[in-house]
Amino acid sequence: MASLRNPWFTASVGVTAALAIAGAIIGFVWLPLQQGERFHGIWDAICTAAGLVRNAPAGGQIVRADYPTTTVEVVPQMLRGASAESIGRGATLALRCTMCHGARGLSEANTPNLAGEYPITIYKQLVDFKTGARASAVMAPLVADLSDADMRDLAAYYAYLPRVSDHPPITDVPPRIVANGAPMRGIAPCGACHGELGSKAGAAWLEGEPAVYLRTQLEAFASGARRNDIGEQMRNIARAMTAEEIDAASRYYSDRP
Amino acid sequence: MWNSKRLVLAHFWFAFAGFGAALLLGAWQMLVRSPLHPWIRDPEWYYRSVTAHGTTMAYVFPTLIAMGFGYFVTEHALQRPMVGLRWAWVGLALVAVGTFMAIVPVAMGLASVLYTFYPPLIGNPFYYIGVVLVVVGSWIWVALMSVNLYGWKRDNPRAPVPFAMFATVAGSYLWAWTAVGAAIELLFQIIPVALGWRSTIDAGLARIFFSWTLHAIVYFWLMPTYIAYYTIVPRAIGGRLFSDAMGRIAFILFLVVAMPIGIHHTFEDPQVGAGFKYLHSVFTALVALPTLLTVFTICASVEIAARLRGGKGLIGWLTALPWRNPVLLGAALSFVMLGFGGAGGLINMSYQLNATIHNTQWITGHFHLIFGGAIVIMYFVIAYDIWPHLTGRALDSFGLMRAQLWTWFVGMIVLTFPWHWVGILGMPRRMAFYDYTDPQIAAQAIWVTMSVIGAAILVLSGVLFLVVLARGQTALRIEPAAYRFSVAVRPPRVLPAALNGFGLWLGLMVALTIVNYGFPIAHSLATPGTAVPAVKVGER
Repeated sequence: MASLRNPWFTASVGVTAALAIAGAIIGFVWLPLQQGERFHGIWDAICTAAGLVRNAPAGGQIVRADYPTTTVEVVPQMLRGASAESIGRGATLALRCTMCHGARGLSEANTPNLAGEYPITIYKQLVDFKTGARASAVMAPLVADLSDADMRDLAAYYAYLPRVSDHPPITDVPPRIVANGAPMRGIAPCGACHGELGSKAGAAWLEGEPAVYLRTQLEAFASGARRNDIGEQMRNIARAMTAEEIDAASRYYSDRP
Repeated sequence: MWNSKRLVLAHFWFAFAGFGAALLLGAWQMLVRSPLHPWIRDPEWYYRSVTAHGTTMAYVFPTLIAMGFGYFVTEHALQRPMVGLRWAWVGLALVAVGTFMAIVPVAMGLASVLYTFYPPLIGNPFYYIGVVLVVVGSWIWVALMSVNLYGWKRDNPRAPVPFAMFATVAGSYLWAWTAVGAAIELLFQIIPVALGWRSTIDAGLARIFFSWTLHAIVYFWLMPTYIAYYTIVPRAIGGRLFSDAMGRIAFILFLVVAMPIGIHHTFEDPQVGAGFKYLHSVFTALVALPTLLTVFTICASVEIAARLRGGKGLIGWLTALPWRNPVLLGAALSFVMLGFGGAGGLINMSYQLNATIHNTQWITGHFHLIFGGAIVIMYFVIAYDIWPHLTGRALDSFGLMRAQLWTWFVGMIVLTFPWHWVGILGMPRRMAFYDYTDPQIAAQAIWVTMSVIGAAILVLSGVLFLVVLARGQTALRIEPAAYRFSVAVRPPRVLPAALNGFGLWLGLMVALTIVNYGFPIAHSLATPGTAVPAVKVGER
């Protein structure tokens, strides 16, 4: 079968190879070269068309944020399986937090309730307070002397505490912004990341958080005062939200047990 | 003599039961995302449903039809009992176990990743392992097709392989090779992450591997339909196949050029170079050839039948055709949908035109018109044609059959034409709800509503189909005449080895795959830092 004397073999292989070669010449050489000055010669055009990844040209402009950005690389698997020792150390360290966040991570002071919060969320916020990525006159001095291990221990401790509630929810029906977002304004449902529908690594569990706190944070994101969301996802969302939607989402989550 | 009747019947019933359930899910999806329904409160249910619909309709349903019809063809074309009946039952059992293993986690909301997987989304490992089992079950079928063909060839040296068997084996080889891409993606990339052995995944590479499977799988779905065009339609209307050799060349062309073209699904992906995108476009365009050959051959065969029935004139012969025959009706409606779907496909395979419809509802409309329309309507025809030979009972609800085929055609057009249109208007796909109150898209509401009506007609047609088959199970016992496939005008006496075997064509298929996929895969593998953290779905 695979013989040059077999006309089926020579014709089929010949035609296929000719098509592939013609296609390759057009796709890898001729079409790229039609794009003018973009390439430095044929070899450059071929490599680009092949999809070779190359470093950016030297001296190219790299745009950096002119404010401190978060240094935490969030992955879903981080801070899983905390040890009892870590939780215990966290409990000791947390004694300094009780004034605002309550003895067991719950308080009436309109500060965030931390009991049962995701460890990734707590850890990331502590690091951001420390690096200045998230600004707070109250938190900054309190975290200044915490080591990375301290912050992991604190996260483990608060994540370990049970979420408890002193009231049943007034309604089970979430407002539209929480359940559906606003598709035409590019707002994903709050519940897709923050509880009700699902959760995403790094996003806070918001149920039971004080409404005043939630509203303040959404307004801070909208104004750009808070900017430790490295993908600007919360700033973009909060900017597009109406005052009524911010209010509805804050109230709904704070009412959740 | 025929010992595969129960086997084929089991494949078909399982396939159509899954089809019926998935059809209902599809109609529900059309409803909830339309203006006729308030926004779904938990969109996760929508994606759960889409995943179950896609997994059943894309992996289970057509695979079972191809397997069942393949076994039927093996016995009736080779005119001898099938070898490996027990293995065939094992294959079916694997598909059944795999289906349940995959669908249960989907139903539980643990694997709402859609049937195309979309890493870095990662669902429950049982979902992927179930899909792998379905594929493994189908690979047993591939092996059995080969074993039976070569057993027959050994006993009939140099005799032309019956066309139906030749085409079926071509389809099985196409599937064996095209499934490799997704199998690599599942076994080496996704399942290790789903089992927790790794936490990151190269989503770009996974998409390249999936594109390897994603386009040629459509041709695998198409194979039973094309086999029916060639081997059932001319015979059913009292005609002859215009050319046996042309048919073989069409299937050979599918084998060679259907494979290395999948990167046209990743036109917007940055990890693939523009040169390879162009090369895949070229070969995608070539797949039009076997389809055009088929359209020509089948139209010529139908014309032969018409003229044998006394048809006259340039166009006048059309009136001499037995239009009340469900096989002819189904094939004609299938051709119309294939024409529209194929024309849409030309847009998808063009780099620049694709940019205007990429990830819009146009795409969903396109593949429903081609697969759900042109292909599936012939699955119905195949079932109608072979049912009496499987059950030994009459299948004579011809009026119902015609009503079923017409409603399927009308439903599919009413479903997919508006779908294409809203896609051109920019409506994105894979969304659970749309804000039709917004003036920007308010005008699309009427078209989406029309699609819902199309879906409802399709459900009605699906019910009619199952009713026809069920009536066939309880009808009068008959002794059907021996099953025949179409005979060519000039039946081949001697064939060149190239038209009677697959060695050369499989070699070309693999070589072209390496040329078109080798570098993009190797480059992705060799580039560091391309893996991203996996996102587990279903975790709260």
